[in-house]
Amino acid sequence: MLPGLFWLMALMVLPCLLIFGLIFFERGIYGGIDWSAMTLENIRRAFDPLYAVILWDSFRIAGLATAIALLVGYPAAYAISKAPEKAQTALLFLAILPFWTNYLIRTYAWIVLLNPAGLINTALASIGLGPWPLLYNEFAVVLGLVYNYTPFVILAIFAALQRLDPSYAEASRDLGATAATTFWRITLPLTAPGVAAGAVFVFVLSIGNFITPDLLGGGKFQMAGNLIYDQFLTARDWPFGATLSAGLIIIMLILLFAQALFSRRAMGER
Amino acid sequence: MTRWHKLHLGITYAFLYLPIIVLMILSFNKAGLPTAWGGFSLEWYGKLFANPKIQFAAMNSLIVAVISTLIATAIGTALALGVERSGPSAVREALLFTPMIIPDIVLAIALLSFYTLLRFSLGLHSIIMAHVVFNIAFVTVVVRARLKGFDWSLTEVSRDLGAGPQQTFWHITFPLILPSVVAAALLAFTLSVDEFIIAYFTAGAGQSSTTLPMQIYSMIRFGVTPEINAMATIVMGVAFVALFTAQRLNKGQVPGM
Repeated sequence: MLPGLFWLMALMVLPCLLIFGLIFFERGIYGGIDWSAMTLENIRRAFDPLYAVILWDSFRIAGLATAIALLVGYPAAYAISKAPEKAQTALLFLAILPFWTNYLIRTYAWIVLLNPAGLINTALASIGLGPWPLLYNEFAVVLGLVYNYTPFVILAIFAALQRLDPSYAEASRDLGATAATTFWRITLPLTAPGVAAGAVFVFVLSIGNFITPDLLGGGKFQMAGNLIYDQFLTARDWPFGATLSAGLIIIMLILLFAQALFSRRAMGER
Repeated sequence: MTRWHKLHLGITYAFLYLPIIVLMILSFNKAGLPTAWGGFSLEWYGKLFANPKIQFAAMNSLIVAVISTLIATAIGTALALGVERSGPSAVREALLFTPMIIPDIVLAIALLSFYTLLRFSLGLHSIIMAHVVFNIAFVTVVVRARLKGFDWSLTEVSRDLGAGPQQTFWHITFPLILPSVVAAALLAFTLSVDEFIIAYFTAGAGQSSTTLPMQIYSMIRFGVTPEINAMATIVMGVAFVALFTAQRLNKGQVPGM
């Protein structure tokens, strides 16, 4: 057990703590970190309206992607939970399979479909429509995020549906509630922890994403992930990049904490 | 399942698989463009295999994936056994959960800063060490799932009959958990071969440590080319086979979640 815990401490916990340390130093003249100069400038700069706008954009795009992934994923998970048990395994496996393949390739597939000379626009042209600007805009970024993270939402919500005791819904129906009422008043509230888990996951990974905004947004969109990437590899301002990452970690921790609290309350009420 | 359930599932799976299927079909298109079908051809695969840059990157990816998988499988299996046999610990659970939820970019820059601070040289070895971090977490999850229903009395019987701890592990525990260990290794291998961001940040300067996803990224940024379609088909084909095998071995459990 010890080698594993040691590895995680040494190469995950310590490096993440280091990020919080870097916040207080100045950048070196040739990039990197100047360990001799301490400052609070990075923190002040992180609250600059310029970055607030980018953060807000990240939140908006990530929020939109999360909402759509839930709208697609919940009914899919629900339908799988109603399938015969044998089919469930196969259906879940099929849902999660793309999630385990190369992220770059899955994103690239959408460039092939969406570009002006791509398959969708070619099909549109053959019926006298288009070309529509489908690529290098916010639509493409949100689509890419939804595409990549919906499988996880399906899995999280399916797990919640499976834990649900079917007798609750049966009791509701026996007492005269319609299928719709039963869903809204019984099934949905009781599976809310699964929805929250899926939502936090999609949201966190979306704000931290830089591949999708870069490849499908055509570099026109800066999300928090792109900003961090730029600070480290382009601007070479590591302390400021670390400050932004620390912000991302804090946002993530707050969301995870809120989700844990929410799940505990939902469980308690049951 | 009602008709509506089936319809929604149909649309969802079409959404998930259409882009992948289109890519795979186009990789065999002689014309190379998505707009017209020029007949079946393996031309792009030939070009791909003749490309020394891609060969080099694929070799690097294999080295990283194989070594990080071996280390993570050994350490992760030991960790899973240890965790399952000892009492619950919230801190340990958090430690094991973090690598799966932390955005790649955060771990990537954290490791880059950490390596730089320690003046640790960058290259394939630093990528391998980084990949072991998230692979440990996934291996542990898969092996622990198997251990949940494990009958520990079997090991007690072995000990009572005079076998030592080592003998008991290799003759009793290990054969019983082997399918899940192999499944975990296959998943770790898939994750490592496909991982881009952490490798990109911890590879160091120069081209010597370019992995396949890094090569794919630079090709994609350059534009849509038929070679990428062919490469995508191969990379996804390998992942599908690995995952399917892992799923079979793991008795139908959906891998790693």
